[in-house]
Parts: sequence; structure tokens; C-alpha cells
Amino acid sequence: MSFWFWHGLKNGIRTTQYPVMPDLTVGVTPGRPVKTLFANSQEAERASGICPTGAIVSHGNESAVLLGNCVHCQRCRTSLPQAMDWREDYEWTIGGSDQKEFEALPGAYVRSTHIMVVDAGDCGACLREVKQLNNPFYNMHRLGLFLTATPRAADVLLVVGPVSENMRGPLLKTYEAMPTPKKVIAVGACAISGGVFGHTFMSAGGVGSVLPVDLKVPGDPPPPLAILHGLLVATGRKSPSREESVATVGASA
Amino acid sequence: MSISAPVVSAAERVDERKLVEGIQERFGPGVSISRGEGGISISIALHEAGLLPELSKCLFWEMGCSWGGFVAEEHESHWRLSYVFLASRLGWIEVLLHVPSGAHRIPSISSGVHAADWHEREVEDLFGLSFEGHPRLGDFILHDQVWPEGVAPHRKPHRKTMDVQQTHLRHRPNPDWRPLLVVQDPGAFAMPVGPVYEGGIGESLHFLLETVGEDVVRAIPRLFYNFRAVEKIAEGRSVPEGLLLAERFAATSAFAHSMGFASAIERLRNVEVPERAKRLRVVLAELERLRHHTATITDICGSTALAVAASQASIVEEELLRASCAFSGHRYLFGLNKVGGLSRDFGAMALGRLQRSVNEAAERLHVLEDRLYFTSSFLDRLEDAGVVIPEKARDLNLLGPVGRASGQGHDLRQECAYNEYETYEFEVPRESEGDGYARLRVLFQEAYQSARMITQAIDRLEAGPVLVPEDRGSSGVGMGWVEAPNGAALHWVRLDNSGRIERYHAMTPSFNNWLGFHVAVEEFAFQDFPIILATFGLSATECDR
Repeated sequence: MSFWFWHGLKNGIRTTQYPVMPDLTVGVTPGRPVKTLFANSQEAERASGICPTGAIVSHGNESAVLLGNCVHCQRCRTSLPQAMDWREDYEWTIGGSDQKEFEALPGAYVRSTHIMVVDAGDCGACLREVKQLNNPFYNMHRLGLFLTATPRAADVLLVVGPVSENMRGPLLKTYEAMPTPKKVIAVGACAISGGVFGHTFMSAGGVGSVLPVDLKVPGDPPPPLAILHGLLVATGRKSPSREESVATVGASA
Repeated sequence: MSISAPVVSAAERVDERKLVEGIQERFGPGVSISRGEGGISISIALHEAGLLPELSKCLFWEMGCSWGGFVAEEHESHWRLSYVFLASRLGWIEVLLHVPSGAHRIPSISSGVHAADWHEREVEDLFGLSFEGHPRLGDFILHDQVWPEGVAPHRKPHRKTMDVQQTHLRHRPNPDWRPLLVVQDPGAFAMPVGPVYEGGIGESLHFLLETVGEDVVRAIPRLFYNFRAVEKIAEGRSVPEGLLLAERFAATSAFAHSMGFASAIERLRNVEVPERAKRLRVVLAELERLRHHTATITDICGSTALAVAASQASIVEEELLRASCAFSGHRYLFGLNKVGGLSRDFGAMALGRLQRSVNEAAERLHVLEDRLYFTSSFLDRLEDAGVVIPEKARDLNLLGPVGRASGQGHDLRQECAYNEYETYEFEVPRESEGDGYARLRVLFQEAYQSARMITQAIDRLEAGPVLVPEDRGSSGVGMGWVEAPNGAALHWVRLDNSGRIERYHAMTPSFNNWLGFHVAVEEFAFQDFPIILATFGLSATECDR
């Protein structure tokens, strides 16, 4: 069946230039709301009022965004007289804890990192976006990133979903079966803050309440390039985003 | 399971007069028939619980209705149990039973209507009601290793935040719980698969493959690892918050489910969605179906290890995701539906670009399909894999592409129109073989039909508003239905006097079809398992909620 070979060749190379060059193709990322200066403080209050997950924190006439809580409902973009500012980027991975600097995996792992993915109550979108990392556009193999089926061979644990009660056990077992050094990445708003599900009798409200989380990739779902950025941060080839600190200043002020 | 009554195909049009007279003649004083509320056409109130199994069997097997779902509702002094059936091109029929709070035993209907099996198990697990005559109750949504017996988390006294540890105070769960094995031959054993498997990018699911060696005798799926109790979370929340939940419990069908929820509220409040919003909803819903089916085709190619085809299909999928994002601002079409229409309008330029992307995707799929049908090594794996015969598909009420590949599977766009689908030109593909190959053909055909409908809807767009202003006062019951990519979905909502959600129940196609999955996995070779799974294209998270 040689026609498959020709079919593949004819379609040419589709792979993104990222991380060597930024990918600016339309539609690779839904973007995100960012810190916005409103005309007056009432407008800013309205912006935080419209957010269903409390991701927008206002102080004076300025609104900052806690990206880990944002569920991309776009209400702050479509239902306000003055919309929140929107930035179409994807390098928004943040460190898991505010207290200490993120430490990447040692150098030996840089070109050979094995990733274990656990669906802990995910809605299917984050999981699908992780799956896209293997399509010809993103092709994470070229960067030495591989999916593995066994926790014994895994260096990075990608967790999607808010951790449903029925998955708590399997998730912990997977984590414990992984050798050290290991990194845990929480992918998506649900895995970071519980998202729309929050903390209930069936949802732990985020991976952080079950496992120590090293990195967070916000978004609902984060686009494949954002997850790729998270994996590159884990292996020390990119540095985490600093945006979160801006939001926390807004929150404490 | 044997089928005693004559098989009436569910696709035939049901005559209302014949149905009502037939029921009255058979059940006479035991029932009273009236017009239903909130989207239900006919409501049959039962005065005697004992008639329930006979009446449901009569509706399903003799009157040619299909099974819709089961809604249990807890009121102060009684339970309101509503069994929903679909009469083709006539509407929804509800069999209503009120049971006093003390009596917790209700006759089971699943010996007559097999499709109701899981619906009753769900209610038993979450509400603690017991169904007399049900063959298998117990461990289902609440896994017995984690949850002690006797906990009913969806009942009113159970608080949302009461965690599992607190339920352990009175009863203990059973950490040694093991499923019942059916195959008892010497040397028989069970191979467990999941819940973490397939390189991790499978959904959380557990299968027990019972085998005596080379061939698997049967495989029983165990689901609800992703159960997040969406319905319980929604209780007491406002409608916009409920919409967020409906959109996010199964994101690969997010637009369909948010539309289902929104239309339930629209029906409850008697809101008429503007023309332009109706047509744009068709554009977006069909775009989602096109992308969803492309993703399933990618998975099927991947499951047979046909790498080039899988890559080519995933290129189409990614391009559709990018087109969706460029068009609507979100790759999975989140945040677009609102009660009363859409949250935003789209310009002619954006619609033109979307049209071009959709045409291109359909063309690429055509090329891929032609090549796949000339790849004998691929077809060999799909043909005769996971066969579901039409009688079984009818028996278990299989929905969506899976049901249609077995000659069944009503399509709500045709049978019970919404969004003015009846004015569009499209075909509902049906095959009769019921194997993996038939399912693949149905997926391709449906994808083309979706592209065709997007063109028609864009052509018909006229200027106008896309949203009617909301009124917030009304209370009552509303049901929304939608043909989600995986099949018919029902969203049932009751709002209380303050306009907050009192009970929300989503009846999803995956919940329905997972029940039928075991029919396809009987007597097969180990290596066919991922292929059968991929051709079903079911979503665990849509089932679990």
C-alpha cells in the first residue's frame, strides 16, 4: 500500500517551529484575559462580579486575573460594556508553589523525558489536547518527550481533572509507583483549582489536595502549545511564567 | 435475554390517537393521560405502581417507542419518578409515578425494557431506592472499595461537601471488593485493564476481560471513575452556573450539551430563540459533530496502527480545532450558548472563513476515506469486529452512530425536531451489519452531512439579534433535547420559586451506549479489543457526569 507513503509526502511538513520560534498561527490558542485598566472602579467591580469562578480580582479601577481559576467561559469578554484585555499567547505555565523556585528535572532527562498521563475526572478536553501533542503539528517526540504506559518508566506525571473520589486511589498508586526524581504537572483549571466542580464529596477540588504539584498549566483546556511549554519548563528548557505574581499583588492589595 | 414481543422498528411514525386509545384500552382506570409540561407531549400518570413494568414494556415493544431516560426526584413527602420514552415524530411520552417517601421498593422495568437497566442502577446507588426484580443492584457509580453501602449522596440530607471519610463513621467500605466472574471453566481467568492504561491517554475506565486463553469470552466495563456528581453540584445554583456545568462535564460534546441545557430552560420559560441564533446554533453544533467524528476516525486509524492515516486524520482534527478557535474564540466551543440564544454574533467574514475550512476538511476526509477503503489490512481488522445485530441494538436502545450502524439509533434532528432541523436537507446514514466497518462508514457519512448542513445554515443567515433578554422569574420543569455527536441527549431541569436549580438530570448517549457495549465484546481475540473500543467512540466522562 505505497499510496500511504505518497499521501504522507504530498501533504508536506506541518510541524510547528515552536520552541525555536513562536507559533503565531491563528487558532493555536484561545488566549487568556490579562490585567486590565478600567475607566472607573465600578466597571472593574463588574468584571470581577461576572466571573463565575472568582478568577478576576479588582482593586480600584484595575482588574487582575488569577489564571489558575479561569475556566474560559468568555463572559468577561462577551458580556461586559468594556471587555477584559485579551492576550493570545500560550507560555503561561506557572510554578506549583509560591514559596520556592521551581527546580527542573536534572540534565540527563532533557532529551529523554517519559510522561505518564492520568485522567482524574477530566471532561475530555484536556485529555484530547494532550493527545494532540502527538499529532504532526506538535509532534512532541522531536523534543525527546515520550508518553509511557507504565509509571515505573515515567519521569513526569500529567494530571488532568479535579481528582474524582473514585480516581483518588488509582492516582496515588500511580504517583507512588513512579521513581524519583519526578515532577507532577496539573493540567487545566480543574486540576489546579477544581474549576467549575470545586470541592465536593466527589471532587477533591484539584490535584494539589492529593499530591504535591510542581507545575500548573492553566486553561480550560490549555491548548497543546501551553502543555508543551509546561513540559519544556519541567525539563528546564523554558522558564515558568511570572504572571501569577502580578495577580497575587492585586489580590492582597 | 430473549425478545418475546414482536419487534417494531423505532423509526416508524407513531400515531398519537392509536397510542392513547391503545393505552386507555389496556390499562383503563389505572392510568390518566394528559398533556405534559416543559417539552413533554403526553404524560401518563400511573395510579398503581404494579402496572409500571407492563406499561413500559407495552410502550417500548408494542407502541414502537424508544427509551429516553429515567428521572427520579425527591420531594418532601413523596418521590416523583418519571420514565421518559420517545414516540417517533410525535414527541416525548412520560410515565409518571408518585411513590410515598416511606416506601422504598419500586417495581423494576428493566426485565421488559433492557435499556432501562443502568438507569435504575444509577437511581438505586445515588438515591437509595430499591427496584424489585432488578437482576443486579449494588456496586455501580459509588465504587464499593471507596463507598460503604447505604450511602445515598444525591438525597437532600447529604451535603455537597460531606466527604467520603464522614460516611465511613457509620459503615465501612469493602476494600476487598471483587466483581462477580461469570466464566467458570477450568483455567479461566480475568485480565484487568485500567483505569490507568493505554499510555495514559485513554479515559479512566476499567475492563475485566474474562478469558480461557487466547480468546476473550466477555468483557465487562466498569465506569464512573470520572463521576463528579455534576447533578448534585448544580442543585441550588443559578441557571448561568448550571450552564457552565452542563458545558463542562463532557467537553468533546460541550456545545451540544450546553444547547440541551439552555433549551430546557428556554422551554420552561417559554422563550423563543431568534432565527439567527437558531441557524448559528446549527452551524456550531454541526461543526462540533464534524470535529468529534474526525477525532473518532483518528482513534480508529490509530487503534489499527495505521500510522499515516491516523496522522492525516489528526491533521484534519487539529485544523478543525483551529478553525473553531479562530471562529468562536475557543477550540472546543465553550462559552457560546446562553439561555435565549448565543453570547455573541459572528460577522460575514468569519463565517466565510469557517465555510472554507469546513469544505477543506470534508474534502480531506473524502480523500482519506477512499484510501482507507483500499487498504485491505485495515479493513480486515474492522470487518466483523464487535458486531451488534439490529435486534440487540433495538433491545438495548443503542443511540447515535453506534445504533445507526446496526440499523437503529433514532436521530432527534429527524424524529423530534428542534432548531428547525426539519427545514434542512440532510440524510441520516444507516447500515445494517453493525460491525466496526459499518460504524466507520456511518461516521464518515455523518461528517459529510454535517458539512452540508453548515453550508445550508450559513446560506440562510439573515441579519437580526442572536439573544433575547432573559426573564428570571419562572419556576417549573423543562426538558431540552439535542442530538449530540454520540447520540440523543436529554437535559431535564426543575427550577424552584427563586429561579434556582432544584434538580438537574442529564441523560447522555454514552450512558445509554456503554450499557450495550458488552454485546459487542463477546468471543473476540485480545488484539481486537482496542479496535472495538475505538469504533464505538464512546466517552466515559459523558457517561459518568
